[in-house]
Order: sequence, then structure tokens, then C-alpha cells
Amino acid sequence: MADPVITSHHAIAPHTEEGATVEMTIDGRAVVAGAGEFLIAAAERAGVFIPRFCYHPRLRSVGMCRMCLVEVSGPRGATLQPACYVAVAEGMEVVTTSDKVKKAQDGVLEMLLVNHPLDCPVCDKGGECPLQDQVLAYGPGESRFLEEKRHWAKPTPISELVLLDRERCIQCGRCVRFANEVAGEAQIDFLGRGDMVEVNVFEGQAFSSYFSGNTVQICPVGALTASPYRFTARPWDLDQVESTCTLCAFGCRAAVQSSANRITRLLGMDSDPVNQSWLCDKGRFASEAVNAENRLTEPLIRRNDILEPASWGEALELVARRLGELRTAKGASAIAVMGGARLSNEDAYAWAKLAKAVIGTDSVDAQMGDGLPAEVVVALPRATIDEACKARCLVVLAGDLREELPVLFLRVRSAAVDDAVPVVELAPQSGSVTGFATASVAYGPGEAAELVRALATGGAVPATVEPAQWSAAAEALHRAGTDGEGIVVILGRPSVAEDGALVADAAAAMAAAWPAARFLLALRRGNVMGAIDMGLAPGLLPGRVSLDDGRSFFEEQWGSVPAGRGRDAAGILEGLADGTMAAVVMVGADPLSDFPDGTLAGDGIAGADFVVAVDGFLSRSAARADVVLPASIVYERSGTTTNIEGRVSRLSQKLVAPGQCWPDWMIASELAARLGGDLGVESMTEIWDEIEKVATSHTGITRAVLESLSARDGIIAPLAASPVTLSRRLSPEPFDPMATPGIESVEAQGAPPRSGGAEPTSGEGAGHTAVSGHGHQAPRPRSLRWPQPVAAPPLPAPDSYSVRLVSGRRLYDDGVLVGATDALAALVAPATVRAHPHDLEKLGVGAGDPVRVRSARGDIVLDAAIDESLPRGVASIDFNLSADGAVGAAALLIDSREAVVDVRLETP
Amino acid sequence: MTVTDAPKIVTSRLGYDDSHTLERYLATGGYEGLRKALSMTPEDVAKEVDAVSLLGRGGAGFPAGRKWSMLRKAPTSYLVVNGDESEPATFKDHLLIERDPHQLVEGVVIACYALQVTTAFIYIRGEFALGLERVTAAVNDAYGHGAIGRDIFGSGFSIDIVVHPGAGAYICGEETALLESLEGKRGFPRIKPPYFPAAIGLYGEPTVVNNVETLSNLPWVLSNGSAAFTALGEGRSTGTRLFALAGHVKNPGVYEVEMVKTTFRDLIYAPVLGGGIPGGRELKAFIPGGASAPWFGPDQVELPLGQDEVGAAGSMLGSGSVVVMDDSTCVVRAAWRITRFFWRESCGQCTPCREGSGWLEKILRRIEDGEGRESDLELLMDISDNLAPGVSWPPQQTTICVLGSSIPSSIASAIRMFRDEFLLHIKDGSCPQGPAPHG
Ligand SMILES: Cc1cc2nc3c(=O)[nH]c(=O)nc-3n(C[C@H](O)[C@H](O)[C@H](O)COP(=O)(O)O)c2cc1C
Ligand code: SF4
Ligand code: SF4
Ligand code: SF4
Ligand code: FES
Repeated sequence: MADPVITSHHAIAPHTEEGATVEMTIDGRAVVAGAGEFLIAAAERAGVFIPRFCYHPRLRSVGMCRMCLVEVSGPRGATLQPACYVAVAEGMEVVTTSDKVKKAQDGVLEMLLVNHPLDCPVCDKGGECPLQDQVLAYGPGESRFLEEKRHWAKPTPISELVLLDRERCIQCGRCVRFANEVAGEAQIDFLGRGDMVEVNVFEGQAFSSYFSGNTVQICPVGALTASPYRFTARPWDLDQVESTCTLCAFGCRAAVQSSANRITRLLGMDSDPVNQSWLCDKGRFASEAVNAENRLTEPLIRRNDILEPASWGEALELVARRLGELRTAKGASAIAVMGGARLSNEDAYAWAKLAKAVIGTDSVDAQMGDGLPAEVVVALPRATIDEACKARCLVVLAGDLREELPVLFLRVRSAAVDDAVPVVELAPQSGSVTGFATASVAYGPGEAAELVRALATGGAVPATVEPAQWSAAAEALHRAGTDGEGIVVILGRPSVAEDGALVADAAAAMAAAWPAARFLLALRRGNVMGAIDMGLAPGLLPGRVSLDDGRSFFEEQWGSVPAGRGRDAAGILEGLADGTMAAVVMVGADPLSDFPDGTLAGDGIAGADFVVAVDGFLSRSAARADVVLPASIVYERSGTTTNIEGRVSRLSQKLVAPGQCWPDWMIASELAARLGGDLGVESMTEIWDEIEKVATSHTGITRAVLESLSARDGIIAPLAASPVTLSRRLSPEPFDPMATPGIESVEAQGAPPRSGGAEPTSGEGAGHTAVSGHGHQAPRPRSLRWPQPVAAPPLPAPDSYSVRLVSGRRLYDDGVLVGATDALAALVAPATVRAHPHDLEKLGVGAGDPVRVRSARGDIVLDAAIDESLPRGVASIDFNLSADGAVGAAALLIDSREAVVDVRLETP
Repeated sequence: MTVTDAPKIVTSRLGYDDSHTLERYLATGGYEGLRKALSMTPEDVAKEVDAVSLLGRGGAGFPAGRKWSMLRKAPTSYLVVNGDESEPATFKDHLLIERDPHQLVEGVVIACYALQVTTAFIYIRGEFALGLERVTAAVNDAYGHGAIGRDIFGSGFSIDIVVHPGAGAYICGEETALLESLEGKRGFPRIKPPYFPAAIGLYGEPTVVNNVETLSNLPWVLSNGSAAFTALGEGRSTGTRLFALAGHVKNPGVYEVEMVKTTFRDLIYAPVLGGGIPGGRELKAFIPGGASAPWFGPDQVELPLGQDEVGAAGSMLGSGSVVVMDDSTCVVRAAWRITRFFWRESCGQCTPCREGSGWLEKILRRIEDGEGRESDLELLMDISDNLAPGVSWPPQQTTICVLGSSIPSSIASAIRMFRDEFLLHIKDGSCPQGPAPHG
């Protein structure tokens, strides 16, 4: 399928031969540079900063602003050339400080100010503005411009999130290139000619991209500002830490900036293996939710059916007493712990230990029934994000990547569009990947495994699939190699209206057909991967170890472990509903909003004898709890988090949590004590030391390793077979203040490179020490390996009066974080029911008309939307959107006991 | 004053009212050059064109044969015809497009055959409504006649021609901006390298871009042979060339004259050509090659119309436009009008061109309005120096395309040649010729 995006011919990225070098001189000094490298980058590495505006190392060079002109010797003598566009060459002589260069720099800067409003005092960028800074460093002392400047109406909102001030724009085109090249959505572009050139959106259209905030970050002036940040701070008043976004499981590295204990802004950091400097707008802006007025700030206890404030002592006492009573009355297995994806690894470990060693239950699940079986998650052979982006064939069987793991979408898009990685999409409905996929193979709900088997064995084209797509998919897979070496599968949940085991079955089919294929798990929620690694899943113990494999080791470490495998989220809710289970502790879990089967979630919580919620907000589920314990969230905690590829990266605390919020691990530790146990840990760091000691998958990832500069991008667990060398990077990456502007750039303009975490100075971790395991008494249990049994439920035969439901997720949802962020909340769309025109015509229904959707579980009236890309006989309702006050429209219809959900479409 | 009796190579049919029709074209030897070409090998056709030193007529004067030889061999390549002619006072392609579209089409097919290119695009300035209509009709008629399409005249050679209207931007005449525009994008000139579309052009494929007049020469060259062509002109400047003569002359218009053998004096004063300056006025200055070219004064009027001759004198024949200014001309106003054009037409990519053009325009306007200061002259030259370091000829460049480095041409010429007139504006606080109209 052709890529719909028009890519620019402007710059052909220089061709860099691995390892080849050239010798040249810069300002008379001999410099060795990588062959084919842009001069500006080579100079920077040699310690010569050439001023620039339009250049951005993650975008194509266009040489437009002319700020980087330097003298380059050539056949016609030395001429002024743009350093951001000229590739280095053997023997090249470059002068960056001559009078001619200085004249050009003066000229460009004076000209940039000709039409610039210079309203620095009221400009968000003031104080961290490359235009200010470079005028100061390289510009003329004064302007000779006496004429009238050009004027534009300002600022103009171009979306809910972004405001445009065209007077400040210096036409560097970074925003335009980002939108077109990186996001693949050319929603902002140049209009006009001469000095009336403006960047703008197209008439009547908004800058609706999920990635719009990146343009604000890379705009070198205050032309693009973000409505949430606008006028909230002066950059020099901000204080920042490096941390990791946990709003989804991709793990973007970010600089978190705050002022007066309020998050003011997030800036994407350039982590090469992960987010490559980008963030999605949800991660960037929903982080504000920590500041929200409706945060929980004190424990609540239900009295006379009303949640009333209580002291921590009272609340913990009550929780311990009731859990103790119910454990005595009904057994430890009657108690469940749901959630964990909101937690850090350390928090998750503490909760896993509390549940499994102290309470004694294995009915623990960090997933909300919208993920994949935990054994499958830990056992499938894994690929990193980089490996996925270099695959010989990338198979995507997951929810819409742009909606679920937005920056993974950017990486995959770049792999496909820029590096021609063939992408084969297997999906029940088209989505963001479809446009650039080599082949997009539609499968009927529940039929992915069947389709994979046919594809792998050269079977017949299923009736639902377009033959051209089928053969394109087969060919791309075939070219990757027969044993699957080079195939990477991005595996997630394309639809929560089909049983996760069916997707696991498809994965099993792929692993069987292509034994050398590897998997990147597209589970979307926060630290879900870390929570599973820490044992917050039924049947698992920390370190990706099964309950049985780890029993003796963990009995030794922990004292005891549960007797048998517990229940997953669905099982827990069923048990609570039918009375076989009694109590549930929801640790950052909101099953009423997130569990696919809303009816079951409601019945489960209603049926429980005792419900505890540990959360930052009074979520829908927490509002139904007997005791609510306020926890610190996102940037209020430290510790580590684990992304989809198993990369453990550090979280840094930036804020003090409001009121009486506690860190989750501390809540677990206090509860353990009151339940007569002892988690044996006093701090986050102690917990990490214990994790490294007991979790097989985390062996060797010591704190020294994690805190080293080498681990700035995080460390993949398990460590690669070869030992980690903890050397300081030989030459630090050149720091480009123009690439990641923000307060760090101000500090670093002309200053030495940013410093990373503490480098171990002696003993383990110093120098090139190999990190090995520790001496343990009992041998560490083995982490689970593929294959694992997968029990796929049988598919019911379709009946001709029904259509099958598909339910994916949207980025801007009804969740509490988006809800607590004004600018994002305004972007949440209402739920609709989408279907092929044929299925709607049968009903005599057109776009926008109301349709009643009825399943065995319930019914709801939604506006119809026509979607020609859907196969006939399928209806699609986004999972996490509401309509008409009914929260989670799809959750009303889904029956988690069924393999797939059949619904009828009726006129209301 | 002599006007040579050189044959009309590209304007031979203009005497006919129906010169644009296929009937007239065929009745006057049309498509014979193509038949001749098709009887030769493509290499021989290319050799023939290389042999005649056909200098590009679009502005840069690059020899067509050499340009063709640079076309990178690739499965797909294109020929693009530049018919965007938008420079002020340049209107010679306009005439060929409207009055002899078949000659252009025949030239295109010959070029395609020589290059073995099977798709050509004719990009025509959007404002040329009649021209677009006539070229489109000519292309359609040529398909009907078998001169385009499959198996041209039974030769086995096939091409398609696409006619594409521009949308009113001067910069789309710059060949790489034209290619962007043709691709459906904003007309931003492409940054160099790659230096030549012949390596990476339309849709990234090798492409030859040639001017309308350049290609319109080909039918004659093929019909009459290279010797007949090189017999005209001198040195590298062979054949004839069209000049759009404008300004203070009795007979403004387009004239086809023999190169080198004709001088500016002939062009401006010969009764059969410009006919001299009306009202008995004196020549003050003239622009020899379009708005981008440095000006000449009366001293240079004897210069021959030859590319290298004019180049050596510090200017260029450029787009083939000659603008005559008599002694009633306010040079400040003239420089301002030209600068205003570049300011409005700058594509806006490069800071010096985008911002410098507007700044220069405002200063010139201020001087013209009597608000100038003496320091403005130095400022004008200094800003010019940032667009074209050294403000010399040929200009050095600080910008992506040469529009930027062309802006100083008229300003520097006006100041160097008529400094006193600028100072008079400044001293008197008004223009000696009265206030300039606004707008
Ligand atoms: C600003 C600018 C405008 C131009 N406009 C035209 C034009 O209208 N027509 C044209 O043929 N060439 C124009 N050119 C020259 C073209 O870039 C190119 O050199 C020419 O089309 C090549 O054809 P030729 O070799 O046959 O002359 C322009 C160049 C510049 C820099
Ligand atoms: S808005 Fe900012 S990023 Fe976009 S072109 Fe203008 S200055 Fe550059
Ligand atoms: S993609 Fe995920 S990790 Fe990255 S910013 Fe968005 S929510 Fe955060
Ligand atoms: S020199 Fe002027 S017209 Fe040419 S690319 Fe630069 S801004 Fe555009
Ligand atoms: S032209 Fe090089 S940074 Fe803009």
C-alpha cells in the first residue's frame, strides 16, 4: 500500500558508512569526522558549536534559515555553505569564525529580528529562547531596522492545545517537518510568500495530531505555545528532573519541570532506543493531572454509605482487620489484589510480596482483562523496539498503535516509511498503521489464529480477506525467511471484545510457524510489564518465574508462597460476584472503567464483602470502595519502571505528593505489618536491592548499573548474555540545545555536556567491571520460556441476525488523567457505532442516525458512523468512550465469558 | 546600425493569424523536423543538438546539449518544459506559447526522442489562459496527428505529454521549485546538492528542464541542420534569440535577432526593431537581461547580444528581457519597483531573501518618498552584501536559490550609477519626478 504522506525531496540525508571516517580541518584544527556526516554535527562533536535554527538532528535538513553559514573551501575558493546541509569530506577546510562568517551571522540575526515582535517579556520562550540566546552570542549589538514591522493577529489557537503567534515565527519549518515527516500528518504548513510567509493550519482544520506538543517543544521561538503551559512560569523558575512517562507502557524519557510543587511542563528527551525526543500529547499534557483539584489527599472510610475522611491509622487498621477476618473466615484465596500497572517496579514488588507472602493469595492481576495471559507475556521470545524497527518483516497484531502506544507508532511509521521495513498488519479494523502497511489483512473477530495458520502454511485466502493483501502479506513474510528469523511481531489486543486467549493462540501459531520470530508486547497500561515482572499476575512470582518453578526459592526468600494458582481479573470479578471470593484491594485499578465486561465488573464490586482502593483519584471503582487510601502518583514517586520491551528505566520524584498521599510500597509495608507480616524493606532502594537479588530476570541490574551514565536510556531485563560494561561514554553525545530546548539548553549553551547519574567510582560497576550474579543458597528459578499452554475458547458460530463487535481504544479516553486535564478533556470524542454501509443500509440507517446496539449483556443507543474499511458483519465501538452519559458504551455490551461478542443493530 | 537578415528560427509563422493551428503548422513545414529526427538514432539527434551550442533561453544559458548529456540513465526519466515566464518585462515565451504551440510540441517530442524519455510535462504560467488553451489544443491535435502518443509516425517511439498550469508564483519558474510545484507541493526551490535535476529531478527521477524557447529551436535545427544554425551568431552564442524589449522605446515588443551580430544599440534604435527612444529623450540606463540583471548605461549600448560578451561586461542576457529607461526615469523608483517584485515573490525559505527583500523595499520606498537618510545608501549596500557577499557579478550566494542573490542587482546598479540621484532624494526630501504612486 502506498504511503499517503508526501515526503520532501529537499534533503537527502547524508549517507553515513559505518565506521568510515574523513580527515578535515575546522578553524585550523584537524578533525576526524564520520564519512557523510553533516558538517554541523561533526563540528559539534569537535567542540565547535555552529549556531542554527532550522537544523534538528531528528528531522531532514533543509538549510532554510541560513544561520549556520560557514566558509567551506571548494574548487571555487571558500564559499559560505550551510553547515547543516553540507556533508563533511576528506580534506575539507572549514572556517567558522572569519569576518565573512561573522558578517553572515550578523546579517541573518538582524534580519530575523526585522519582523520579530520582540515581545520577550510576555513570551513563554523568554529565557530559554534560541533566538534570544543566539542574538546575544552571535548577533550584532543593535538593529538598523527603522521601518514598520509586519503584523499578524495573535495568538491564534490552532487546536485546543496549541496557540500560534505568527509574528514570532522565524519560518524555520521545524514544526512543518515534524508534522509531515515524523507524525505523518501534514496539518501545519507554510502559506504565503515573501515576508508574509506564515505557518498555519489549513482553513477550517485544526492541528488535531496526537503529537502536536512536539512542535511546541522544537519551535525555536515562542511562535507555538501550549495552552496548558502558556503564562504559567518563567523558565528560570523551573526546576527539573529526568524521568520516564508512565501514561502508557512505551516509556518515553522526559524532563519533568515544575515550579512551586506543580508540574508545569514535560519535555521529551532524546533517548535513542525509545522515544528519540518525542512525546505524545497525552503523556506531555495529562501529566498535569497530578496538579488537579480532585486528587485524593486523605484516607476515606465508608460510614453510613458515605466516604468520610479518616486518619491513616484508622484506615490501615480497618483494612488489616477486615482482610484478616475475611482471610480467617474464607481463606486467603478469597482475597484479591487487582492492579499494579500504575505502580513503580518497587511498589509492585512490595504489593506482590504483600499479597503472595503475607496475605497468601495468588489471585492477583495487574491486567484488567484487556491484556494477554501473563505466562504468554513473560515467556514469548522478546524483541526490543529497535529490533522491531529493523525487522525484515514487522507483523502487527495489536490495538491501534497510535491510540495505545503513540510514540511506538512514530517509531514503527518511521521504520516503514523511512527505512522501508515491510509491515504486515493483521487487524479486525483499519487503523493508523494501515496507511503505510505493506499488507493489511483483515480478520473476523476471534479469527486471528486461524488466519495466521493459513498464512503461515500457504493456505487458501479466507473469504474476508482481499486477495491482493493476502499475497502481499505472504510475500513479505516469505522474504523474511522461513524459520521466522527477522520477523518481529508487535503483539497486543486488537479488540477487547474478543478473548485475549484468542490472541495468545494467534501468537502461539506464529511462534510455531516461525520459530525464530520474536515479539514486542504492545500492552499499553503504564508499568504493566514491570508489574508482571514483579509477580502481580496469577501463577507468577517475581522474575518471570512460575509459582511452581519458584516455590522453593521464594519460600526461602519470602517465608511462604500461595499454594496454588489464583484467578485473573475476570476470575476475581466472577468470584466476587458469586461469593466464592470476599475482598478486593484495587491498587490503582479501576475495573469499572477498564475491565471490558462492565456488567461483570459492577457485579464483582457490588458482590464483594470488602473493597479497598489505593489510588490518586476517586475513580469510578474507588468511589464504590469501603476504604480509600490516597497514593502518590506519576512524578511524585521515584523508583523504576519497565516498558514494553522490558527496559527498566528510572523514575525521578519531582513533586511532593499532596496532603497525606503515601507511596504505594509504604502502604503495602504498613499493611503487612498490621497483618502480622513484614516486607523486610525500609526504602525504595532496599526494595530494588531485593528485586535484583530474587528476580531471575533482573539479575545483575544493580543500582550501580541503573544509576550509571551507560544506563541513562534504561537497561533491558534480562541483561544480555555479555556482561555490562560500565564505562562512561567515551565522548559524551554532543549536546544540542536547539534539539531539546528547554531549561537544560539554557544551562548547556556553551557549557559542558549535561551530567548524568552518579557513576560508580569504585568496586562493582566502576570502570569496565563485569556484573555477575550474586552467590545465593538456593539456585534461582528459571524464568518461563516459550512454549506455554494456551487455552483458546471455541468460537461460537455467527448467527445471521447479529454482527460481531470490535472494540479498540482511543488515546483521549474517559480516564481520570485525561478528565483532569482541561485541554485534553475537551478532545474526548463521543462513542459511536461504526459499521460497513451495507450493514447500516439494511437497517435504513445513515451516518449520524441513532442505532440501538443490543447484546446478551445489555443495550445502548449510539449514533451510527459509516466505515467502509470494516468488513461486513462487524460493528465497531471504541471501548473507552461514552455516549449520552453512559460511561464506557462498549463495556455495557461485552460479555467476558464469551469468546467473541455478538450484537444486534436495531432502529431504536 | 545593421540588422542582419538572419532567418527567423522560432518566429517564422507569426505572420499568420492561424499560426497556432495544426493546419497552418503542417502547411509551413511543421513536424518535418520530428520526422527527420525519428529517421536518425536518438544519439545522433542529441549529437546534433550538442553541436549547435544551443544555449538555454530560460535565464542561466546552460548549453542544452550538455544538459542532456548529464541525464542520469534510469528506467524512468522526464522532460519538463519551463513555460512559467513571470519575470517583469519578460514576455517572449508567452508569444511562442500562444502563437506557435505546435513548434513547442514538436521541440518537446524531438527532445524526448533524443533523451529516450517517454513522459514530458509542459508547465505553463497559470495566468497564460489563452496560452494554456492553445498548448492543450496543440497537444490534443498532435495526438490526433500521430505526433505524440503511441508509435509516433510509425517509428515505434511513444511519448505522452502532460500540460500543467502554474498557480501564479514567479518562483515556480526556478526549475527545482517548478518540480516541487509539479509534484503538487509548495513551490520551494530545492536545496543543492543535488545540483542538477538531471540527477534527481521530478519525483526523484532524472529530469531535463528546458525553457520554451530553447525547445522551440529544435524543429528548425533538425530540418535545416546544425550547420545552418551555427552559421548564425558567433562563438558560443549561436543562432538567434528572442528579446522582449520594453520601457522607453517606440516599438516595444518581441524581436528575434541574430546573436552577437546584433548589438543593444541595434535592438533599441533600429527602426525595424525598437525604433529608438520616443520624445527625443536620452538613454539613461537599460536592463540587459531581466529584473535579476545588473543595469547597463549608455556606454555599454554597443555591446553585442552575446552571452559571454554581456557576461564579461558584468551582467547577463538572462531571461531575454531588455528594459530601456530614458532620462525621465527615477532610478530610485525603478530599483524600488524591481525590489518590490522580488520581495513579493520570494518563496520565503531563506532568511536573507525573505527578510532582506522586504527591508530593502521599505528603505527604497522611504527614500523615494523623501524620508531617506544618507546612511541608507550604506545600509542598502550592506543588506545587499548579506544577500550576495561582495555584491559582485556573478553574485555569490547565501541563499538556496539565486532569486535571493539577484535582488541586489538593480539596487547596487542604481546606487553605483546614480548615487547623486539618491542623495538628491534625501536632500530635497522628495523625488525630483514627483511622488510615486502607491500600491
Ligand atoms: C527565480 C527564478 C525564476 C526563473 N524563471 C524562469 C522562467 O520563468 N522560465 C524559464 O524558462 N526559466 C526560468 N528560470 C531558469 C530555470 O531555473 C532554468 O534554468 C531553465 O528553465 C532551464 O532551461 P534552459 O536551460 O532551457 O534555459 C528561473 C530561475 C530563477 C532562479
Ligand atoms: S512556528 Fe516555530 S517551529 Fe514552526 S516554522 Fe515558525 S518558528 Fe519554526
Ligand atoms: S507514548 Fe506513552 S510513554 Fe510516551 S509520552 Fe505518550 S503516554 Fe507517555
Ligand atoms: S533565495 Fe529566496 S526565493 Fe530562493 S529559495 Fe531562498 S527565499 Fe526562496
Ligand atoms: S540553514 Fe543550517 S541551521 Fe538553518
